[in-house]
Amino acid sequence: MNEFQDRRTIQKIVLNAHTVAIVGLSASELRASHFVGYYLQRHGYRVIPVNPNEELVLGEHVYPSLRDVPERIDVVDVFRDPAAVPEIAREAVEVGASALWLQFGVISPEGARIAQEGGLAVVMDRCLKVEHARLLGRMHWMGFDTGVIAGARR
Amino acid sequence: MDEAPRDFGFNTRAVHAGQRPDPYTGASATPIYQTAGFVFEDTESASAYFNLQEYGNVYSRIMNPTVAAFEERLASLEGGVGAVAFASGLAAQAALFFALLEPGDRIAVAKALYGGSTAQLNHLARKLQIAVDWVDMDAPDGWRRSVTAETKVLFAETIANPGGNVLDIELAASVAHEVGAPLVVDNTFATPYLCRPLDWGADLIIHSATKFIAGNGTTIAGAVVDSGTFDWSNGRFPSVAEPSGAYHGLKFHETFGVYGLLMKLRSETLRDFGAVLAPFNAFLLLLGMESLAVRMDRHVANALAVAEWLRDQPGVSAVRHPALADSPYRPLVDRYLPDGAGSVFSFDLESGRDGGRRFIEALSLWSHLANVGDTKSLVIHPASTTHRQLSDEELVASGVAPGTVRLSVGIEDVDDLLWDLERGLRAARGSAVPA
Repeated sequence: MNEFQDRRTIQKIVLNAHTVAIVGLSASELRASHFVGYYLQRHGYRVIPVNPNEELVLGEHVYPSLRDVPERIDVVDVFRDPAAVPEIAREAVEVGASALWLQFGVISPEGARIAQEGGLAVVMDRCLKVEHARLLGRMHWMGFDTGVIAGARR
Repeated sequence: MDEAPRDFGFNTRAVHAGQRPDPYTGASATPIYQTAGFVFEDTESASAYFNLQEYGNVYSRIMNPTVAAFEERLASLEGGVGAVAFASGLAAQAALFFALLEPGDRIAVAKALYGGSTAQLNHLARKLQIAVDWVDMDAPDGWRRSVTAETKVLFAETIANPGGNVLDIELAASVAHEVGAPLVVDNTFATPYLCRPLDWGADLIIHSATKFIAGNGTTIAGAVVDSGTFDWSNGRFPSVAEPSGAYHGLKFHETFGVYGLLMKLRSETLRDFGAVLAPFNAFLLLLGMESLAVRMDRHVANALAVAEWLRDQPGVSAVRHPALADSPYRPLVDRYLPDGAGSVFSFDLESGRDGGRRFIEALSLWSHLANVGDTKSLVIHPASTTHRQLSDEELVASGVAPGTVRLSVGIEDVDDLLWDLERGLRAARGSAVPA
């Protein structure tokens, strides 16, 4: 698992990504996927919802699958049953995404392997919002351990 | 950018974790944000903060940047995902149990426990209809005998106050996890420098930060640290897993994952309890933590020297320092506390209650007061002070006899400490103390 929680990989994705396709983004404001999508939009990412059951989420047109998204995707961020991940990983490879990000509890070694073999960076069982808040955001205001240690002024 | 992030050591984190130079002013020490409220950027941000969609400062009864620096530093040292600070250790404890338990629940608690905690749990039990099963944590099957499928929480101290009983953390954690309950450990006496219970399977840590964390006896404070590894959605913790009425039906564990319990503890329990840590107190705790490791080394060395000396003195019937070679806890100390078993321990005077009084009255360097974990050496007679409210049965169960004296050994010159103790022992035996 640690192979897919590499801090350098996480840092690169968070700092370099622009477009994040969220697979399984819910229209319900109470779901974790909505919290993450809302947060990423606030912090300047272009969020593309992917969900066959929705039409408009967070003001964005929703696509039924990754293959239907008409623009380049940097990160495929997954909030789905782990059983669905291998197919999502194949699609992510097919559309030329740069990274596959599997959220807390979305654990699929097979999906991770498929994406990795397809040349994608892979993160598993981590939250994109948390990692952004840890590195760039305000997570340190909430008493969470960010792991950031620095004495220099930057 | 391509450089691997470094895993910084304990001492580096004790000095730096949770705090960076202030980006606006360059201030090197943590600023004391002595403010009740925080001005919102705009209405959208304000509602995002209230809905927990964005981390933002709202009101110092829920969060405060100086307090957050303390919380992050403690979490980093304990190896947890985060912490929530409270106005005292007992406030942290009450809030955690309030957050986890429902009326009718059962908890299993080590009998050898700080008297204030015993009293609090007895009150909680009565007022909230919680059943407490008191556990003989020294018996090899103590936890297993007391824990049933009904048990919601197991609770004990790493090193019990004042008996010095050492918890077999791995054993208690395995019993807890067999029934889907978290193991909560009060790590006040060990501090994360001497023991990190989360590394041994504990799920949550409670601290009275008043003690070694603050270090100088300046500040009343407490905290809860979460490992982030317990499955609150196992069907037994509806208050963490089920929709919260306070946040329009939000499910804390599902939405915030490993941070779920702490989000609930902060934005619901702390908000409701109101027992917040003051920013200035958090600042003092941050100063204390910077020197935690160097202080603890000295505390540990002085305490062991005092314990070994006491064992050879006339009029002393027992010395209960868990690191002594003949202590029954020595195997557990070797395992869980290889760098030392703290500096708080008790011993018994043969001269009983009156001897205890004469002993304390004859001391001139040691301070007679109800605190521990100070740089100054402290002494107290539990039967007449901290444990006064306990019944005789509870007193014995928590390891206290009429002649028991509790020491908290400070970081002074040990020869001076022994000089004063010798004067006290002479008085306890009934000999005149030279002026």
